[in-house]
Amino acid sequence: MSQCKPLTLHVPEPSGRPGHETDFSYLHLAEAGAVRRPPLEVLPSDTSDLAYALVRVLDDDGNAVGPWAADIDRELLRRGMRAMMKTRIFDARMVIAQRQKKMSFYMQSLGEEAIGTAHALALQEGDMCFPTYRQQSLLMARDVPLVDLICQLLSNQRDPMKGRQLPVLYSVRAAGFFSISGNLATQFIQAVGWGMASAIKGDTKIASAWIGDGSTAESDFHTALTFAHVYQAPVILNVVNNQWAISTFQTLAGGESTTFAARGIGCGIASLRVDGNDFLAVYAASRWAAERARSNLGPTLIEWITYRAGPHSTSDDPSKYRPADDWSHFPLGDPIARLKQHLIRIGAWSEQEHQDTEKELEAQVIAAQKEAERYGTLASGQIPSPATMFEDVYKDMPEHLRQQRRQLGV
Amino acid sequence: MAAQKDVKSETIPMTMIQALRSAMDIMLERDSNVVIFGEDVGFFGGVFRCTDGLQAKYGPSRVFDAPISEGGIVGAAVGMAAYGLRPVVEIQFADYFYPASDQIVSEAARLRYRSAGEFTASMTIRMPCGGGIYGGQTHSQSPEALFTHVCGLRTVMPSNPYDAKGLLIASIENDDPVIFLEPKRLYNGPFDGHHDQPVVPWSKHPLGEVPEGYYTVPLESAAIYRPGAELTVLTYGTMVFVSAAAARETGIDAEIIDLRSLWPLDLETIVASVKKTGRCVVVHEATRTSGFGAELAALVQEHCFYHLEAPIERVTGWDTPYPHAQEWAYFPGPDRVGAAFKRALEAR
Repeated sequence: MSQCKPLTLHVPEPSGRPGHETDFSYLHLAEAGAVRRPPLEVLPSDTSDLAYALVRVLDDDGNAVGPWAADIDRELLRRGMRAMMKTRIFDARMVIAQRQKKMSFYMQSLGEEAIGTAHALALQEGDMCFPTYRQQSLLMARDVPLVDLICQLLSNQRDPMKGRQLPVLYSVRAAGFFSISGNLATQFIQAVGWGMASAIKGDTKIASAWIGDGSTAESDFHTALTFAHVYQAPVILNVVNNQWAISTFQTLAGGESTTFAARGIGCGIASLRVDGNDFLAVYAASRWAAERARSNLGPTLIEWITYRAGPHSTSDDPSKYRPADDWSHFPLGDPIARLKQHLIRIGAWSEQEHQDTEKELEAQVIAAQKEAERYGTLASGQIPSPATMFEDVYKDMPEHLRQQRRQLGV
Repeated sequence: MAAQKDVKSETIPMTMIQALRSAMDIMLERDSNVVIFGEDVGFFGGVFRCTDGLQAKYGPSRVFDAPISEGGIVGAAVGMAAYGLRPVVEIQFADYFYPASDQIVSEAARLRYRSAGEFTASMTIRMPCGGGIYGGQTHSQSPEALFTHVCGLRTVMPSNPYDAKGLLIASIENDDPVIFLEPKRLYNGPFDGHHDQPVVPWSKHPLGEVPEGYYTVPLESAAIYRPGAELTVLTYGTMVFVSAAAARETGIDAEIIDLRSLWPLDLETIVASVKKTGRCVVVHEATRTSGFGAELAALVQEHCFYHLEAPIERVTGWDTPYPHAQEWAYFPGPDRVGAAFKRALEAR
């Protein structure tokens, strides 16, 4: 028998912890413009290199370069810029409202605004997104009324979810935004089912599935990839790799020495790894995947590389597990700053316009908040009637729920 | 059963398998949004033959095979239902629904509630259940209590071909998610627990006469399988026939109620019967502790306390995993059920 040393358990650790800078070299970044753009009908196995590369369009000077630099309408870029800014301003304002105890809970998407925004603009009316709790930028890009969103956050008398859901767990069918669940990853396979339904009915709508890096460890991530591949479902499988799942670094979800895009290749799905803070890259990759799906060429998995700049939620303090200034070192920067630089460079934006837009959007959010608060806040007790608590459990209220409602005396 | 026999339609003898297949055939025909999928249900027609011939008739985009992934099957069905389809999916054995628990409990059951009606999960999940077939630990379970506890779900279990077809059509048409449990012991013929006697096929039983066309058996309606005066038996599935055998063999005039819909249920029929007889025995195959029988006993106690003349008896599977060799010591047969009838009758 050969001599063996005792085995040791490998538990991945991030390089950066509080007081110790992160080494971001693990990201394996590519130069902007360096990665090829394959034809839409590419075989999934022929995208293997792309699953380990990084699609980027904007270079350090804000120029759009390479094969993914599409000719994008300036108005669309400006629209995207506004939606990103609106998302960030909205988030900041809602965090204040949470601190003021006007709402119980909130989750920011600071630093991830480009992904949902550019993606939403690349989709069409009628397509359905199956978001997580950090894709509010989809709602901003689709111009969902802020008052409705804030009423949901306040659980007030105008809350479209009638006070039943935690803040942020929106449902906006009209905007192609599926009801958010607290249970992670469940929506990923549901999106595939929705896409399959569209195919069964001979429709032309596609589904867009969303998941974070941490939740890829859930079994529904695996079922979604398998079903999407087996049935060639018209779906875009978006993995938002913001490096963190609450306090756990993405290596603990299985990201060490590999990529999440690579999972798609193993399941026979065309896969891309894309700079998530590059608005132009997000738009181009989303368009590519959407056209593939709509042309019946099958699913696409996209890993968006970004960084969760803010706390996980208002209940979280990231300074307990990662460097306080981590975002300032993240090599892919800030999506708003990067698009701003590009827009100014092409003469479609200016510092002045940026400041004016910021002011205008802030005023818009404040006005929406004021209006929403007129219908009550959780603190003020102006909540939907407890009688509504018993509705919608079933389509028609069964006798036992009628009886329980009577017992409550409402 | 009298109330349901007023259907004007040609009847033919069917097994429960044929009745279930007929229900799915009719619903595939009537509603283009109905789709059927699950493990081996497509080309092969199901390991129990319940979907035999349906793919050939309706094509692979309506009836198709699925990967071996219960969570995937139910999760995809939730997404299809959100789109507007009406999926009817199969879990090969009820014992294997556990990987789909999250999708059933957290998603299908709550989608309407959490989205305030924006999205719904009108879907049916079929699962062969129950023991008495030497199925051992993972081919015999009766997990109904794990579903009746979940708000937003409907749980249904037929005991005969007539009800199987009518209840399945009603379940598919229902806009709530329905867990449709099929006692596989009853697939080919009624079974009263006398495993040493030859099985009688459904063709020899009046409830094996099934209308060829469309009809429904309404949900939330129990059936009085055997009218009686001395005690009330609350039961469902295979235990309906075991209870009938116990009544026959003890000579006790038991009123046997086949619940059919476990939850939401037909409380009125239950309460009326117990108030009449003053005694109640609950019978199910599932394990005892926190089983569905506990809810039934609690309901009877709450609603019939002043009419009860004896403690409510429960005859159930033991609180053990379902064994293989000890099948008939585990399965609550007519002797155990009959003994409970006697205890309930003799109690003062």
